[in-house]
Amino acid sequence: MALLELRKLTRRFGDFSAVDNVSLSIESGEFVTLLGPSGCGKTTILRMIAGFDLPDVGQILLDGSNIADIPPEKRPLHTVFQSYALFPHMTVADNVAFPLRMAHFDKAAIAAKVHEALESVYLSDRARAYPHELSGGRKQRVALARSLVNRPRLLLLDEPLAALDAKLREEMQHELIDLQREIGITFIFVTHAQDEALALSHRVAVMNRGRIEQYDEPSKIYGFPRNRFVADFIGNTNLLEVAVTEATPTHLRLAAAGLGDIVSPPREGTRAGQKGWFSVRPEQVRIGGHLDGELENHYSGKVRSFIYVGDVTTYTVELADGTAIEALLSNSAPGRARFFEVGDDVAVGWPHDAGVFLHD
Amino acid sequence: MSPWAGRTMPGCFSMTRRFGRWLVGLPPTLFLLLFFVAPSLIMIVASFRLAGEYGGLAPLVEHGRWQLTLETYRFFFSDFIYVEIFIRSFSVALATTLICVLLAYPLAWLIARSPKKHQDLMVLLAVLPFASNFLIRVYAWMIILGPQAAVARALNSLLAMFGFEPVTLLFSPFAVLVGMVYVHLPFMILPLYTNLARHDPALLDAAQDLGANAWQRFWEVTWPLSLPGIYAGSVLVFIPVLGMFAIPDILGGTGDILIGNVIKEQFLGTRDWPFGATLSLMLTLAVLACAGLAAWLARRGVGRHA
Ligand SMILES: Nc1ncnc2c1ncn2[C@@H]1O[C@H](COP(=O)(O)OP(=O)(O)O)[C@@H](O)[C@H]1O
Ligand SMILES: [Mg+2]
Repeated sequence: MALLELRKLTRRFGDFSAVDNVSLSIESGEFVTLLGPSGCGKTTILRMIAGFDLPDVGQILLDGSNIADIPPEKRPLHTVFQSYALFPHMTVADNVAFPLRMAHFDKAAIAAKVHEALESVYLSDRARAYPHELSGGRKQRVALARSLVNRPRLLLLDEPLAALDAKLREEMQHELIDLQREIGITFIFVTHAQDEALALSHRVAVMNRGRIEQYDEPSKIYGFPRNRFVADFIGNTNLLEVAVTEATPTHLRLAAAGLGDIVSPPREGTRAGQKGWFSVRPEQVRIGGHLDGELENHYSGKVRSFIYVGDVTTYTVELADGTAIEALLSNSAPGRARFFEVGDDVAVGWPHDAGVFLHD
Repeated sequence: MSPWAGRTMPGCFSMTRRFGRWLVGLPPTLFLLLFFVAPSLIMIVASFRLAGEYGGLAPLVEHGRWQLTLETYRFFFSDFIYVEIFIRSFSVALATTLICVLLAYPLAWLIARSPKKHQDLMVLLAVLPFASNFLIRVYAWMIILGPQAAVARALNSLLAMFGFEPVTLLFSPFAVLVGMVYVHLPFMILPLYTNLARHDPALLDAAQDLGANAWQRFWEVTWPLSLPGIYAGSVLVFIPVLGMFAIPDILGGTGDILIGNVIKEQFLGTRDWPFGATLSLMLTLAVLACAGLAAWLARRGVGRHA
């Protein structure tokens, strides 16, 4: 049985559905991320799980039983707020002790658990500091320790890393993964940063306008996006408007305006005559002065621009009809930071098993 | 450009800046010197001088001799009545402050919890009584508490029902306390409201999320965070109440005089200026001691929330 199950949750504010018929099932010990652009309803879902908000329609089941009637302070789960929400008048140790005191643990047990919790986030030496004396990353760790100290069934994290700078964020990502694995508590993590979602999670729920577009493992989300929104939102991709001309169990043949034929992997439920989109990732696209015939899909064009970011260079190639295709080239060869100049005649192409056809 | 320009510039800059800072600090310093330090010095000197024959002060030097004495201080400490009045004044100030906290807290909390767009109006309503004259407001209480008014009649008929003697509300310590609380309540509401409105609502969510019920959320989060507001309001209520003479004059009985009344009497009635000066000095010292205590308490409480 799933630890947490959301069944057809809907939350409306006036005429507007902030959360629209969302169903989601989370197993015990999982690290699940809700990913989506700002305003897509992620916080609203967390608030309903935590009990601060109630769904207009639908149910939230914890261990199979509806928790609608349980007030927030009685739910066996905690939230890490984006602002950390540490109590400014309490020391780090008192902050961490707070949930234990509310649960009427005795003094000795509290001291032991607080010590252990602070140890797990490397803050034992700051136990007597006040929150305003700590850096952002450390406040974050105190908030984590405070939420984990009495072992909730579930931890909700609402964009906890958004306020940190890039370097610290990466560090905290690693700490979060380790911490979650060590203590085995189920995490529901919210972010609008797709790289963070892919890096941290066992499963990602990609959200758009109150709905879940796809709920899958990171590699599936990235490699096999279910629709145009997911393909576009996760990573970079080349999107071409296409019509299906041939659908067989082994391949699809697509017609892209101005480009000609594209051969792509098969997709269930696809029929000739359908319209949709073809998505191929820049790192799947090969680029060369001339490409040998082994690639089923290849087109010639000119280098319009490129972006050098150190490890890789992304070329934008303009095809004869004006379509732009991005291709990514690794710079691992020493001294070969770039291979092509703007205006060079080049060919781009990809094998028949690269890319996906998207219905919508 | 001279290669030295870069070096001299910061020097010039810091000099103008120091001058600027000095200039800005000058008016408040002058103000304090003129209206606090100088009068205090005059009072200190006056307290050691002799009273003039017809009020005021006797000449400082007469027949080539300084006319200074410790008489007023000896008098102050020799008669227990003044210490008693001091104690009574401090008790009234303390009681007023406590009652103001009890009344202002729920009100300030309610305003701070109301929708933002209504808050300004509610604060305005809380301070609206200031729009009318102080004496008129106090005299109004004379009518409200008077023996013929509805309040006293209702209370006394209720007491009679249970076989108690009737009471008079007006010209009593009770009336003084009512007047004091009524006049000073806004000074407690304002700093408390300002404090409570600044609390981060996420803290209450966090407390609830971590298992705190409504009472625990209040005692563990709201109350400790509002202490600086309570300290600020208490100073604003306690100190003016200590020096207040109009309210005991109007609403109090003959036995309800406070230190403010005694001081006023020395200057305007018996015309014993040196003793009046001594009394006010004693009051100033006591107030400073209280302010110091409050500041110390506040720093112990606030240092953590800064
Ligand atoms: N209390 C509320 N009243 C009205 N609209 C709200 C309320 N809370 C959230 N919304 C709206 O619901 C949508 C989703 O909000 P939210 O869940 O906070 O998004 P996210 O966390 O994904 O950025 C937003 O458009 C927001 O304006
Ligand atoms: Mg949000």
